[in-house]
Amino acid sequence: MTWTAIEMMTVSAARALTDDDVCFVGIGLPSAACNLARLTHAPRLRLVYESGTIETRPDVLPLSIGDGELCETALTTVSVPEMFQYWLQGGRITIGFLGGAQVDRFGNLNSTVIGGYARPAVRLPGGGGAPEIAACCRRTFIVMRHSRRAFVDRLAFVTTLGHGPTGRERRALGLTTEGPALLVSDLCTMRPHAETKELHVTSLHPGVSRDQVVEQTGWPVAFADTVVETPAPTAHELEVLRDLQARTAAAHGVAPAE
Amino acid sequence: MSEILSLHDAVARLVRPGDTVALEGFTHLIPFAAGHEVIRQGIGELTLIRMTPDLLYDQMIGCGLAKRLVFSWGGNPGVGSLHRLRDAVERGWPRPIELDEHSHAAMANAYAAGAANMPAAFFRGYVGSDLAAVNPNVRFIDCPFTGERLAAVPAHRPDVAIIHAQKADRAGNVLLEGIVGVQKEAVLAATRSLVTVEELVDALPRTSPNAIVLPSWTVTAIAVVPGGAKPSYAHGYYSRDNAFYVAWDAISRDRETFQAWIAEHVLSRPAGVAS
Repeated sequence: MTWTAIEMMTVSAARALTDDDVCFVGIGLPSAACNLARLTHAPRLRLVYESGTIETRPDVLPLSIGDGELCETALTTVSVPEMFQYWLQGGRITIGFLGGAQVDRFGNLNSTVIGGYARPAVRLPGGGGAPEIAACCRRTFIVMRHSRRAFVDRLAFVTTLGHGPTGRERRALGLTTEGPALLVSDLCTMRPHAETKELHVTSLHPGVSRDQVVEQTGWPVAFADTVVETPAPTAHELEVLRDLQARTAAAHGVAPAE
Repeated sequence: MSEILSLHDAVARLVRPGDTVALEGFTHLIPFAAGHEVIRQGIGELTLIRMTPDLLYDQMIGCGLAKRLVFSWGGNPGVGSLHRLRDAVERGWPRPIELDEHSHAAMANAYAAGAANMPAAFFRGYVGSDLAAVNPNVRFIDCPFTGERLAAVPAHRPDVAIIHAQKADRAGNVLLEGIVGVQKEAVLAATRSLVTVEELVDALPRTSPNAIVLPSWTVTAIAVVPGGAKPSYAHGYYSRDNAFYVAWDAISRDRETFQAWIAEHVLSRPAGVAS
């Protein structure tokens, strides 16, 4: 079976989730990955969306973070203040999924502006839940498409703390959570170095070369001592993911965001 | 006690130029019809508060009604940018807009603090984020018991909160169901409040003793506006018009196309008719 780079990325993110996780899910690829995990190897995975839906089991992927499908299939739905106070800040979430317009080598994220803050060249949507998701979840996973524009040497703005500008800031700022533990792109997976916290390439997706990753990364990217090939998506994973996407497209009458 | 008014009269009586206004609804129950009535009445110089500005604030900002926006995520959910918001921030069209930018946790806490009649909200937030450096309304205090450094933001105390809900009874009590967001907090934090509802019923259904009910004495005015949340949705009544959210990207990208859309779908329509 053949697959797309986005399917590889989604499958790869899904595999990092386990039955023991409580996952704070964002729209788009994280939502696809979380539901793929729930429908394959992690049926007890608990999904929480920031709109207040807890243990939701959507049959189709939501277009927005507050689609009715999420509420209708949830164990319970709480208010947004309760979601952020008791559930996120309360330390009940094991994994937060994050993305952004830009990421740096320590997993810090920019989703606010390109250019100066007062009169930006590009005004991005903003942080949403991310600054506190990054602080309060036990660990975070970042999913982003690889490009030089997105994987940058220096962020225009730090919306969301990863391991900090030098990789050492989390402890200094009093955080006890792990921060970014995994980055999945359409080319590879990266994990923070045990000491420096710099993201290192740990696996290359099938058919991707080291040179491609180097070319698409805006800093001199580091590779782990052992770099493996990401196992290709299985027929079962692809079938479940494609069924989910097809159900979603039929339900929304529009293609879902990736 | 809440008064049952027409949408036109409710907006005319409650919303004044220069007010701080919160039209809330987290994806669900966004009070589009009421926001469109504010546009029709041309009530300007507003400070608009909303966690996710969404299409409604994109429209109000594009019409030049907002001098300031207090928010935490300004995108078109699942689609991309809010082009009218971007045009105002990046190019000052149709007027420059001041931003008071927060995270979701800060906004949710600020509403809860407003409802609780507190001056500010305290929470574990903004750690290592540049947002604290660009927004003077993000500050830090030390916990007097543990010494932990905590974020502080001012409570939201809007002059007017506007929300949409499923039902009101004839006594003016309001029932909210589904994804309930921050609407209860927004109403309780505000000086005045307007609730548009899908329908007026003799008695609210008692599906659960813990349903979200706003007693009539916490609400200033109610207007019956079936479809008042479209293209957002009302749990139990109609679904989100996802295709319109996608279509908005093209409508809003261009100033003239946007203005033509507003003229046709908002300005030329009577109050309370969903577009």
